[in-house]
Amino acid sequence: LDHDQLSSTFAALADPTRRAILSRLATGEASVTELAEPFDMSLPAVTKHLKVLQRAGLVIQGREAQWRPCRLLAKPMRDAAEWMEPYRRHWEQRLDRLEDYLHETTTKGARRPRKGRGK
Amino acid sequence: MSSHARSVKHGSFVIERLFNHDPGALFHAWTDPKAKARWFNGPADKWTEEVREMDVRVGGRDRLIGKFVDGSESRFEAQYFDVVPERRLVYTYDMYWQGKKISVSLASIEFVAQGKGSTKLVVTEQHAFLDGYEDGGSRERGTLGLIDNLGIALGGGDTRIPRK
Repeated sequence: LDHDQLSSTFAALADPTRRAILSRLATGEASVTELAEPFDMSLPAVTKHLKVLQRAGLVIQGREAQWRPCRLLAKPMRDAAEWMEPYRRHWEQRLDRLEDYLHETTTKGARRPRKGRGK
Repeated sequence: MSSHARSVKHGSFVIERLFNHDPGALFHAWTDPKAKARWFNGPADKWTEEVREMDVRVGGRDRLIGKFVDGSESRFEAQYFDVVPERRLVYTYDMYWQGKKISVSLASIEFVAQGKGSTKLVVTEQHAFLDGYEDGGSRERGTLGLIDNLGIALGGGDTRIPRK
């Protein structure tokens, strides 16, 4: 699980307008105009929120000339939900320690170099 | 807590991880008491082991009791249901926090040889959280609190976040 992705996911979620946009997109694709409709804010303001969601990889916007529907990307949300599940996190941390332990006990041998776990 | 009294909440997840070690080395790390004590424990900076017992065979039991820095006690009690050397471990475990049973889990550990001396470890956990302890007691314990971690994820940059 990429920590930076988690940071941008949680940062993107830390706004009620953006959460409302995500909830709407969870029911299906929508154009920017449709997304803006329920909010008492200008189209550019909504677009700004959408940009944050897009940069965080939670939303993707289609390329079709007029319609350009926005769509929800499920994976980062799922990763965030999984990260919030403590028993999974405990396991991940424990397996980190198992990995460290195994590397320590075999470093004298001609083992292949240690594989990085991301950044 | 009253709304949670006698509640049961179910959950499950699968974790897969590839190790550059053969199934034998991995199985040893899981079944040798000295080896397992090196990694199967609480966070080093806030948890101290008090009791550790192991008996890896069908019907055998593990027990691991420890104390967090805030004085709260965690207790893990497991019973093995299937032991296939270098292939599989299936056990159930109860988690207690401060003497209260907070969850009952079924854990299946699979050691899948991948060739070239590497192994895919597949951990499948299915659990029932009891009486509202669906955070495994973290909330009450505070030291591993979800909210702390969430705050960190939102930009605190604390070193407690696992390096991943």
